Amino acid sequence: MRFGASAPDADIQRRFLPKEAVVRLYAVVAAGGFRRYATYRVATAAGVFTNTVFGFIMAYTYIALWDERPQLGGYDLSQAVTYVWLGQALLMTCAMMGGGFEDELIERIRTGDIAIDLYRPADLQLWWLAGDLGRAAFHLLGRGVVPLLLGALAFDLALPASPLPWLAFLTAVLLGVVVSFALRYLAALSAFWLMDGAGVLQITWLAGLFFSGMLLPLTLFPGALGELARLLPWSSLLQIPADVLLGKRTGWGLVHAYAFQVGWAAALLGAGRLVQSAATRRVVVQGG
Amino acid sequence: MDERPRTGGSPDPGTPPRTAGGRPYADGPGTAGPPPPTGHLRQADGPRPAEHQRPTEHPRPADRLRTLRSGLRVYGLIAAMWMRSTMTYRASFAITALGNLAATSFDFVVILLMFTHVDSLAGYSLPEIALLYGAAGTAFGLADLAMGSMDRLGRRVRDGTLDTLLVRPAPVLAQVAADRFALRRLGRITQGLLVLGYALLTLDIAWTPLKAAMVPMMLLSGAAIFASMFVAGAAFQFVAQDAAEVQNSFTYGGNTLLQYPPTVFAKDLVRGVTFVVPLAFVNWLPALHVLGRPYPLDLPHWLAFTPPLVAALCCALAGAAWRAGLRTYRSTGS
Repeated sequence: MRFGASAPDADIQRRFLPKEAVVRLYAVVAAGGFRRYATYRVATAAGVFTNTVFGFIMAYTYIALWDERPQLGGYDLSQAVTYVWLGQALLMTCAMMGGGFEDELIERIRTGDIAIDLYRPADLQLWWLAGDLGRAAFHLLGRGVVPLLLGALAFDLALPASPLPWLAFLTAVLLGVVVSFALRYLAALSAFWLMDGAGVLQITWLAGLFFSGMLLPLTLFPGALGELARLLPWSSLLQIPADVLLGKRTGWGLVHAYAFQVGWAAALLGAGRLVQSAATRRVVVQGG
Repeated sequence: MDERPRTGGSPDPGTPPRTAGGRPYADGPGTAGPPPPTGHLRQADGPRPAEHQRPTEHPRPADRLRTLRSGLRVYGLIAAMWMRSTMTYRASFAITALGNLAATSFDFVVILLMFTHVDSLAGYSLPEIALLYGAAGTAFGLADLAMGSMDRLGRRVRDGTLDTLLVRPAPVLAQVAADRFALRRLGRITQGLLVLGYALLTLDIAWTPLKAAMVPMMLLSGAAIFASMFVAGAAFQFVAQDAAEVQNSFTYGGNTLLQYPPTVFAKDLVRGVTFVVPLAFVNWLPALHVLGRPYPLDLPHWLAFTPPLVAALCCALAGAAWRAGLRTYRSTGS
């Protein structure tokens, strides 16, 4: 099946659906994403257990490192340990190792089911974004909060007492999720040309793991590697939200951090739209 | 199916490739063929693997041995089938093997990055940590290659595809372990061996024949201990179907833990992984002896030679857990 010059989705949506209905549509999709992940309670509990185990292991290695070099990377010991537990809380939320919608989208592209999606009166990118935001909301509540609480019970964490830093943190997390989505959406769209997205996905999650700061805060990366890592979009996933919560980004620094995240989100979402329109115009959908 | 090696004696293992999980590319090219002749599933005169009879009476040692032999043979056949299937897409295999190597290297990159800031971590130098890392990584890599598919058992219980394995006249454990045998996991073993090689070349150890023999002993016993965790974790999934992640805490988490010296961790945690989940026997106790380092919990140094015994015990316990788990299995019926 070949799509003509006019991609149908956005047009239909503009013509037939009133604005409130459009907003409601995506809200329903997001709620569906939340509920879908919330269904698997045993798996969630098992995941919390794993996040906690890894949190403990990493916290002890950080303590050993900061014992040798207090104030390493601009963090004191309790801030460093807090960073570990924030990493465990955001690992699933920001999908640093992948594991959101992308496998499913690739499978739909491979089988040709994507043709049905393109004829729906909804925008493809916004549809998947809404679903991924729902997933992220669940993972923040289901997989993020409990490990962070357990970490706070076992270690002395540098968590702010007032609500404002938390609000700033949640905003940074939201932007981080959007950047993460935009990256994974681009990776998934490569399946239009490659059919098998496994290799691209693997590279994406390897890069996500390395450059998000999940392994070690990016401030500890040496020289040019560190500077590069702090400029890449993946730093929006963990490094920036963690720095916001730890009070490293306030005032203009906070505005700068948000601008960085919004800039990457806009650039990557825009790139996603370009690739999407190229794909739907020129690529023959399988199985038609 | 025609090129399947045929050895006399034991019953035909049935049709391993055709319905493995109902996946579209489950049977590699060349394996599709006519269904096996009937009569294989109920071979009255041939020896039947003991695992298939509900164990009402205690199995005799000869039966045990026959089950083991048939299990190894089935494992080999299924693994060979998956290898052929993998090798059809050589480029994809090369990329995923490299990716596997890169992903496992990240752990060591973290340690290298840490050592750009410090000269020692919790009293241990980089080559010393590399020895711990290489030993744990290689042992875990071997176990992951052989038994890494065990964590798919929960999924099989959930979607009912375990039933397919139960009706085949072959040990279920061998079938589950060999399912989706992934040669790309050689990447992890390669990476572990590289780090181990670096450690052995840079460390200044007064080698004796005994100490030298401890290195391969450590890798093999460690692999057996990790393999028993994979089996025990799978047995747990008979009960807690969705909890594959709990298993990951002990296997992948245990591997991460053992990459660092015990002095990094709190005493209670070290006690836990010595006496409750005997991970310390994988590399800490033997490697610290090789390095001539004091033990974290004032344990006697002869414990350095016990990993083979601990591994045997772990395997026996995991086997018992597996049989118990399999007995409780009820099909989803869907």
